[in-house]
Amino acid sequence: MRTIFLVLQREYLVRVKKKSFIVMTLLTPILMSAIWLLPVYLAMRNTDLKKVQVIDDSKRFASVFKSTNELKFEAGNLPLEKAKKEFTKSGYDVLVYIPADIMENPKSLKLYAEKNVSLGVQNGIEDAVEQEIENQKLLQAGIDRKVLESTKVKVTADTYNLSDEGEKDSSSGAATALGYLFAFAIYFTIFLYGAQVMRGVLEEKTNRIVEVIISSVKPFQLMAGKIIGVALVGLTQFLLWILLTFGLSSALSAAFGPDTVAKMGNSSMYNQPGQAANGTTVTDANAPAVPTASPATANVFSKAKAAVSTLDWTMLLVCFGIYFVGGYLLYSALFAAVGAAVDNETDVQQFMFPITIPLILAFIMAQFVIREPDGPIAFWFSMIPFTSPVIMMVRVPFGVPLWEIALSVALLIGGFIGVAWVAARIYRVGILMYGKKPTFAELSKWIFYKA
Amino acid sequence: MIPKSILETRNIVKQYAQHRALDDVSLTVPSGSIFGLLGPNGAGKTSLIRIINQITAPDAGEVFLGGEPLRPDHIRRIGYLPEERGLYKKMKVGEQLLYLAQLKGLTERQAMEKLKIWFTKFDIKTWWEKNVEDLSKGMQQKIQFVATVLHEPDLIILDEPFSGFDPINANLIKDEILELKKNGATIIFSTHRMESVEELCDHIALINRSRKVLDGPKRTIKEQFKTHTYHVEYQGSLTDLPSAFQVVGSKPTDDNFTRADIRIPPDASVNDLIRTLLERVAVRSFGENIPSMNDIFIKAVNEK
Repeated sequence: MRTIFLVLQREYLVRVKKKSFIVMTLLTPILMSAIWLLPVYLAMRNTDLKKVQVIDDSKRFASVFKSTNELKFEAGNLPLEKAKKEFTKSGYDVLVYIPADIMENPKSLKLYAEKNVSLGVQNGIEDAVEQEIENQKLLQAGIDRKVLESTKVKVTADTYNLSDEGEKDSSSGAATALGYLFAFAIYFTIFLYGAQVMRGVLEEKTNRIVEVIISSVKPFQLMAGKIIGVALVGLTQFLLWILLTFGLSSALSAAFGPDTVAKMGNSSMYNQPGQAANGTTVTDANAPAVPTASPATANVFSKAKAAVSTLDWTMLLVCFGIYFVGGYLLYSALFAAVGAAVDNETDVQQFMFPITIPLILAFIMAQFVIREPDGPIAFWFSMIPFTSPVIMMVRVPFGVPLWEIALSVALLIGGFIGVAWVAARIYRVGILMYGKKPTFAELSKWIFYKA
Repeated sequence: MIPKSILETRNIVKQYAQHRALDDVSLTVPSGSIFGLLGPNGAGKTSLIRIINQITAPDAGEVFLGGEPLRPDHIRRIGYLPEERGLYKKMKVGEQLLYLAQLKGLTERQAMEKLKIWFTKFDIKTWWEKNVEDLSKGMQQKIQFVATVLHEPDLIILDEPFSGFDPINANLIKDEILELKKNGATIIFSTHRMESVEELCDHIALINRSRKVLDGPKRTIKEQFKTHTYHVEYQGSLTDLPSAFQVVGSKPTDDNFTRADIRIPPDASVNDLIRTLLERVAVRSFGENIPSMNDIFIKAVNEK
């Protein structure tokens, strides 16, 4: 045990002290925070008040444009030509020209600006004019807009889980997203850190230090120490990423001011700036939540929140822990065996391929499993130890019977023991073999050499 | 008297798929000796050393260390310098030596104390904070030597210890080996360089094609390989020697002498030869041709 600990300690410290580790650990949260804060920043830019001058020759649109935080509309009395000439000095950002014949010729709407008009502003103004034209045409035809609105029905279904505990809200949307997230996290980690294990083994072999080490440590201890050491490096990195990303994001949001972030949530994501100008949609968002008929965008967030809270988080996190560790151990043992079997990195490919196939297959199957999380494909792939870490984690958010999870975990543990046994036997022979690249037949013979 | 042995291997057999690396090899390494383990490339020396180090296990046979069957904790009593050696390139010299010593069972403090002594002895204190990859090959070899002997093992196994050293450093290591021997360690010394065997070893064993072909104290083996030839440098003519004395080689020297090798029957007296020579020629020098380790090696390997 002491030797495993010594090996583990070295593997851990050497990696954590590396410049690349420190750079990656610091850089990733900065990038993540940047991604998180970019919308905030953009939202802030959008709140620059834009003054819009409206020249309305048709005299129909005086009340259509309502000023918002982002856009301030003012009616202009000047003839178009003059307004255009004086535009740069006028202090307006955008000039809207509505010709007299707009009703007959809707394409004649004109927007002038010094710089390009943002798409949001353009869409908003177009929508407002379009809707007003529609309204007036409807009125001419004798139809009230309110009557028309009431005929528009949008159906969204709320899903519920019926189980012994009674009726429970569920959301397949949240489950799907979460399933993908878990599957990807496991897939990504196995590749990232499994490859590190392999490179570590290969390094010892090419440095020729392995024979010295092996004369004081059993090969299995060396392999186990390395695998666990790298696992701890991974956990450290993830933990630091999470902490730093949260820390940095909240620090930056605080610096930008909490109002901005809140505003980002309210305005820029749900309502386009121009839409806010169009009186009708604004009221929609505030309308009493009649789930069947509302345009639904506004309460997606609260629904997602509700859906997320219906998930069994304890179960999810326990499962994630088990499959995360189990999957990593299983594959990194194989990666270690590959590292031991070859002499240099260029020969790795031949052996990497068969190992990564089940993992990639699992990742591809994940999308079918998400569509049918209780189907036979889902069941069998979540039992095979090589695919279960990815597939089971896709299924768990949808709810999986406890016996299936228990069986799958038991198979995973059994699979790991079997794989580790085989890997350790290849490893122990391989680390002392130099020269020609072994074939698969030779590898299988190594398993039966007496140690 | 049979010297107390530190290491004994009995009837070791090691089989790889098609190839038998060791075939019934039994050796006894006396305590406190420098034991030369010789053999051509691929003879099975490394296989044997790996078995002694418990890196691999024999298919048959037993190994005893200090009279006890080999156990995992015996690793601490052995120091091994493999022929294929290396260090972690990205690690600092000091850290690396501490790590290797702890793997051999020393505590960090013990290792530190011993390292201080060695670093002073080799005058390499400035290397402590250096990365291994910044050291020259010879410097790395020194570090490896320190790593091998730091935990004060009873049995030190050195595989080609002098390769990669310049003559000055080779001498330094040689002196250290003798010092270790003086302090009671036993050294198994595997090499192709016969001059260092000649110089250092008390005992030798020769392995050829997986089998032991020679084993014993160096003196005895030399005796065994004696050819009963003597060399003589003289002026004159030796054409009429008695038939018992056979000239096996003769060539003129630079300064008008002739150097001849003369073989005598095993039971003949050397005095007779000298007397015969003195009667016929003017002798400048005379001596026995003692086989060098090189000769013995080549002869033993080719005989089989």
